[in-house]
Amino acid sequence: MKKSKFLLPVATAGVLAITLSACGGGGGGGTAAGGSGGGDAANGLDGRGPITYVQGKDNSNVVRPLIDKWNAAHPNEQVTFKEQTDNADQQHDDLVQNFQAKNANYDVASVDVVWTAEFAAKGWLQPLKDKMALDTSKMLKPTVQAASYKGTLYAAPESSDGGILYYRKDLVPTPPKTWDEMMSMCSIATANNMGCYSGQFKKYEGLTVNASEAINSAGGSVLDKDGKPSLNTPEARAGLGNLAKAYAGGQIPKEAITFQEEESRQAFQDGKLLFLRNWPYVYNLATTEGSSKVKDVLGMTALPGKSGPGASSLGGHSAAVSVYSKNKATALDFLKFLTTEETQKFFATQGSLAPVLGSLYGDAELVAKLPYLPVLKTSIENAVPRPVTPFYPAVTKAIQENAYAAIKGEKTVDAALSDMQKSIESASAGQ
Amino acid sequence: MATELGPTPVKEPASGGAPVRHAPKGVGEDNVIASQGRWAAWLLAPTIIALGIVIVYPIISAVIMSFQKDAGLDPETGLFVAGGAAGFSNYANWIFQQCAAPDGGTVACPPGTLGAQFWSATGTTFFFTIVTVTLETVLGFWMAMIMARAFKGRSLVRAAVLVPWAIPTAVTAKLWLFIFAFEGIGNKLFSTTILWTGSEWPARWAVIIADVWKTTPFMALLILAGLQMIPAEVYEAAKVDGASAWQRFRMITLPLVKPALMVAILFRTLDALRMFDLPYILTGGANNTTTLSILVINQIRQGFNAAAALSTITFIIIFLVAFIFVRFLGANVVEQQTGAAKGKK
Amino acid sequence: MTAATELRARQDRGRKVAQNREKWASGRTYISAVVILIWCLAPAYWMVVTAFRDVGYTYDTSVLPTHVTLDNFRTAFDESFGNHFGQALLNSLFIGAVVTIVSLLIGVFAAYALARLNFRFKYLVLGFILGASMFPGVALITPLFQLFTTIGWMGTYQALIIPNISFVLPLTVYTMTSFFREMPWELEEAARVDGCTQGQAFRRVIMPLAAPAIFTTAILAFISSWNEFLIASQLSSDKTQPVTVAIASFAGAQPNQIPYTAIMAAGTIVTIPLVVLVLVFQRKIVAGLTAGAVK
Repeated sequence: MKKSKFLLPVATAGVLAITLSACGGGGGGGTAAGGSGGGDAANGLDGRGPITYVQGKDNSNVVRPLIDKWNAAHPNEQVTFKEQTDNADQQHDDLVQNFQAKNANYDVASVDVVWTAEFAAKGWLQPLKDKMALDTSKMLKPTVQAASYKGTLYAAPESSDGGILYYRKDLVPTPPKTWDEMMSMCSIATANNMGCYSGQFKKYEGLTVNASEAINSAGGSVLDKDGKPSLNTPEARAGLGNLAKAYAGGQIPKEAITFQEEESRQAFQDGKLLFLRNWPYVYNLATTEGSSKVKDVLGMTALPGKSGPGASSLGGHSAAVSVYSKNKATALDFLKFLTTEETQKFFATQGSLAPVLGSLYGDAELVAKLPYLPVLKTSIENAVPRPVTPFYPAVTKAIQENAYAAIKGEKTVDAALSDMQKSIESASAGQ
Repeated sequence: MATELGPTPVKEPASGGAPVRHAPKGVGEDNVIASQGRWAAWLLAPTIIALGIVIVYPIISAVIMSFQKDAGLDPETGLFVAGGAAGFSNYANWIFQQCAAPDGGTVACPPGTLGAQFWSATGTTFFFTIVTVTLETVLGFWMAMIMARAFKGRSLVRAAVLVPWAIPTAVTAKLWLFIFAFEGIGNKLFSTTILWTGSEWPARWAVIIADVWKTTPFMALLILAGLQMIPAEVYEAAKVDGASAWQRFRMITLPLVKPALMVAILFRTLDALRMFDLPYILTGGANNTTTLSILVINQIRQGFNAAAALSTITFIIIFLVAFIFVRFLGANVVEQQTGAAKGKK
Repeated sequence: MTAATELRARQDRGRKVAQNREKWASGRTYISAVVILIWCLAPAYWMVVTAFRDVGYTYDTSVLPTHVTLDNFRTAFDESFGNHFGQALLNSLFIGAVVTIVSLLIGVFAAYALARLNFRFKYLVLGFILGASMFPGVALITPLFQLFTTIGWMGTYQALIIPNISFVLPLTVYTMTSFFREMPWELEEAARVDGCTQGQAFRRVIMPLAAPAIFTTAILAFISSWNEFLIASQLSSDKTQPVTVAIASFAGAQPNQIPYTAIMAAGTIVTIPLVVLVLVFQRKIVAGLTAGAVK
């Protein structure tokens, strides 16, 4: 009796909701993925016509000239550029909103490597197979892996990124190859009254990058092949332990837990760090900025690992076709256009974006302009995509929360990893 | 002397404006209420409609979603499938910290899940609200008193006070992040080496300082408007009667500004309870600076239905706070009229 | 010494004390004013200094301007980088103006009804209006996005203006109601005895008295709309984008680089209209004050 009394208003509200949100798709987050996804994915495969390309802020004006070039050659298949903000979270949310609303105008979207699995599992991305197949044989393997989900390619790798170990050439005679070697060189830093090593240890996405790198470089992994967490291993313990030990021991300076990319770059440029883990963008700024004290003494090498190069986390973007697009044939052509050698070279020279084609890393002209390319190639070849999982937002939070506590010493490494494991298990179990 | 001065001159302008009926009392009073009711309906309609579209519809849809499960993964295809009805499990996720277990049951939310952060986020939110609103009220009152005085350069001060508020929050947050950087001007200026965003209390104070800086002008301005509605002769009369500055403040200023002040405090409190940008950008929610709104947006990215439940809980919490406010602290803008209307029945 | 001279002496002394006290009081006012100025302007000063600093010296901590350049302002307006900052400024001004005018207009209606009219459900209405400002803003985005997509409003100005009005309205209504309650309504009655209609009485007598409150509320409404970011970041298009979103999308020449200097330049530009606005409103606020004193 009581139950029915309670349920009545709920039921009324439910009816109301159906009327209210009939056109909105309920907003539940891709609820219709399984069924209608197949339907949408089969539509518009031969469609040709105008399309829209969606991407975050066009930092160095590379997308516009490219689109102009495409449009000149394809008068009937014009591409319009929809520019999002520079903030990754906002780009993500904007894509989610539009995919959820089945917006047919978001034909091709540039997706961060860590969103691919989530969007694919929601049924929003067109699988790139059969009619839509794309040749990936010339691309660097990790970039293709990061654009795939459950063995199917869902996006065309567009640009890549990997971590580089910057060091002071004037103080370090031979760059370290392993973590232990690097730690043993910290006496140089002490002698010069500077910090030894830093990455990005503030509690944000960058910490996931750094913590995963530490775990992967020590031979562990966050997720196993089936997407299940695999953190209760000696390798994972060693990896995260390296960071915690170095922070406790002062090799990682105490302010590093407030560092994002920019703060850590600044510390290094001010001559306050001997080693810095960061992205390739640091090279251009550290060698040109007026305030930089390391202009002539900047060394670069692959990230240190257990016995050889470490496993960088993979950055970068892939271009995906929306299942709701009406002109998928044009969209596919545009993806191919984005991944041609010429376009990739333009991305690299104009926008300092790391190419996804292995051949370009040996291109003499490019290397002259971007001297970090050989190091970056090693980095990307050894890279491990950040956990490829449709539950990435929950996984990254679990990593950040616990890695931060472990590095600060508020938790033992064992406890942090076990909590990480449990949190990821719980998230993947679904609500 | 002070008692003589008492509330008498105070009450006059305040209650003098109280209900003036447009028709003689007694005969046909119900008619008056009915006709005034019709008038009121017309005057209120635009407000109600505007709020209905933008606020009520989303609230209703959020409440409904909160009783649905978030999409789960089909292990075969790797695609998400609709979660179905959830009952109260989304609410239990937050309030009782029950998270899904791999075997299909529930476990206590492990640290690292958002569910585990609910109570600490609630505590943090209240801590921030109490501290910032208190500081803002005191500082805002002081600023308003100064700005109400006649002195050369007053307009400069008035314009300057609004500068912090005029800078968009997105810029403010970046500005303070920049100031509070380890190598930033903050540490430089005071020769300190505080990890502003890296340890619990400095992180909290960083958020509080930034928020107080940003929103005190709101308080000051509202209080200033209240101060300016006090006729100067009330003060003159009190001065002639020999009331001290403190007496004038307590007996005249405070009671007369109270309605405006209460509205200002009420809205600041509601805003502070939803604080988001500043801690999100300054600390990313680390070191116990995660507020309920940060938790909501983190959860939105993980699953919308559980986020809807959290929004609803937040809504209820804020509603309770507002209720207590209106009920016990007199932040009620119509108590007199309604009291009078009730009395007549 | 006669009683009279003693009295005079005491009066003199009293006057001197009073004068001293006044001097001291005005001195204290100035000290307080300076403290307020420093507290409010010091961080803003740092914003301006950074705005004029060469990007290569972003983290310079000398208190005085160094490496002064106008490049950051040029970057902010540079269309070739896709920074539509000029357009965004106009958008924000337009949206802010419409939001302020509309919300004040309908807010004043509602406040008048709540403060002056007697009707049932007053508590309910008040509760409803207040309740509308309690839902976490972040949770409003998705339903609004779906609603506006359905009715084809995405990328229009009304998709930004109407939510903003709703955000501003509760505060407007509450502030105006609280002020209206304090109004000397007997003046309105008196004006009506003098032959004014109720509307005229309201316009000619009450409105001038309420001027400080109305202009204060207008500033509150405008700034709140000027500052709105969350909704705009999801519901605006390139063409309707307000400054907050434009600034958030400022990017450095390199990926990952945070262009603090350009952001601060934009922040500086954005602050100027507000300061000008306040200086203009200033006179109105004072006008309201003197009108109030006349009664």
